[in-house]
Amino acid sequence: MTTETNVERVLTDEMVDQIKAYIPRYPSKQAVVLPALHIVNEHLRYVPHQAVVEIAELLDLAPAQVQDTLTFYGFFKQDKPHGRTRIWVCRSISCALRGGEAVLDHLCHKLNIKPGETTPDGRITIEAAECLGGCEFAPCMLAGEELVKNLDADSAAAYVDGLK
Amino acid sequence: MSEFEPVLLANIGKEDSHTLKVYESSGGYQAFRRVLKEMSPADVIELVKASGLRGRGGAGFPCGMKWSFLPKDHPGPIYMCVNADESEPATFNNRILMELDPHQVLEGVLIGCYATRATTAYIYLRYEYPLALKRMQGAIDELYAAGLLGKNILGSEFSLDIYIHRGAAAYICGEETGLIESLEGKRAWPRIKPPFPAVEGVFRKPTVVNNIETLACVTHIAARGADWFKSIGVPADPNNPRDAGSYGPKLYCVSGHVNRPGCYEAPLGITCRHVIEEFGGGVWKGRKGKAAVPGGISMGLLTEAEWDTPLDFNSLAKVGCLGLGTAAVTVMDETVSMVDYLHNCCRFFAHESCGQCTPCREGTSWALRMMERIKAGKGRLKDLDLLLEIGDTIGIIPGTTICGLADGAAWPMKNAIRKFRDEFEDYIKRTNPNGYMETKPVEALEVIGLH
Repeated sequence: MTTETNVERVLTDEMVDQIKAYIPRYPSKQAVVLPALHIVNEHLRYVPHQAVVEIAELLDLAPAQVQDTLTFYGFFKQDKPHGRTRIWVCRSISCALRGGEAVLDHLCHKLNIKPGETTPDGRITIEAAECLGGCEFAPCMLAGEELVKNLDADSAAAYVDGLK
Repeated sequence: MSEFEPVLLANIGKEDSHTLKVYESSGGYQAFRRVLKEMSPADVIELVKASGLRGRGGAGFPCGMKWSFLPKDHPGPIYMCVNADESEPATFNNRILMELDPHQVLEGVLIGCYATRATTAYIYLRYEYPLALKRMQGAIDELYAAGLLGKNILGSEFSLDIYIHRGAAAYICGEETGLIESLEGKRAWPRIKPPFPAVEGVFRKPTVVNNIETLACVTHIAARGADWFKSIGVPADPNNPRDAGSYGPKLYCVSGHVNRPGCYEAPLGITCRHVIEEFGGGVWKGRKGKAAVPGGISMGLLTEAEWDTPLDFNSLAKVGCLGLGTAAVTVMDETVSMVDYLHNCCRFFAHESCGQCTPCREGTSWALRMMERIKAGKGRLKDLDLLLEIGDTIGIIPGTTICGLADGAAWPMKNAIRKFRDEFEDYIKRTNPNGYMETKPVEALEVIGLH
């Protein structure tokens, strides 16, 4: 399985090195699929099909094996990058009881997008999340690496306004 | 009760509680050092068996017994998978341990790997915990630098590597064989058992899968002994040969409609009402309580009248719940509609069903579609019987699925409709006065955000 030479490669040397560094951790190269998908996603904010082909090459797998795993999670976008900040708004029970769904609705309304979509300027992606494990701070949302706590519709909107 | 001394949360609240320096200043890693010097792996397994420790991840399987299922004299490698995929709604005790006292957990991993002769441990950590990732990786790096990880630890024959493996937001990866498949780089479809992971687990080798809080308990059992652990909690019922007892301290999460949501430590067997009143500060806004989830939504529902049920491994089944689960209590006040509660539960499981077994994939998805329709004022009384039929027929207990996710999906349906049937019927009659008796098939509504 080789890629055609006229296809532009999407994995940079840096990504390839990061992926290869995971290989000695496991007795099977296939175990590196999830770390590799995360690495590509952190760099590109999505995992296009060409990246799947290149990951498969690095790990001696068929592209279908990587694609199979990727699609299972529903976490990695393939059509276009997610926003500069990807916001996971919790809608599970502890947050829902304290107004989590109103936070999600308000942010979607304000940004004029549906859960799973990205603002046209590429700034923000809103995702409906299941329990983030931040229930003592309900309602909460995970914005990039930050758990934003004890929200209501207004404070969530103000937080989003402050994002670049 | 007054004599109970918290151990799992003892360090939490100290400045820099996540660092090796602070952990060691209160005796951290002394238990591991003593185990390494004075005990054989078999001794450690016997110690944990004698303590009566049962897994804290939800199933409550005796930990020492799980370890003893590993094949004897196996040439290796043997693996440990640490289940840090905490995803059960309303549960966050493992996050607190990993963020604020990661060394307490890692000392348990070291002792557990020594006991089981595992030479590599993978910590399967859910994606949604970036601070836990940072703190756990920082703690692992400190251990390598201090010679407490790697080859020939402290000059002994014992070698261990620990790696963190990050998940990708899928609840099913908390099921131990789903976790193993995910770790291997595949879709996280749980495996048919047997073989159990102890015999053939990750990379087809003998594997132990333990939860974060379980391993933190191992640290304290090694430090304080089996008798200390067994002096806490609820002894086994002598009239019930299947009850292995509910020993030791437990972290209780309380969230929802209470004044002080949080994570609190107490002996196993305190009542749900104690958690809500004493720890949670009672139902918020001066309102009355209506119901509570006893241990993550998979476990079903307690009515307010059932709040005096002890939270231990044996008592919850007596009030129709699935079990103790994660001991994460979610409180609902008198204003909450059980239709909304059940809709929320059904949406979660429809989203998180992995799709491998037809009864679970179709059952959870159609249950959500029916709840959407009921909520939208187009419910029929017949729907309640259909929901109960789904609830009674999906899962390991009726024997139709590979893993227990479907049992967790079934319990909220069964408990909510059987314990609050009048409320569901009233809602359907009130919102669909002309159609509630209808029994003909109807079209499902479009469900937004199902997958």
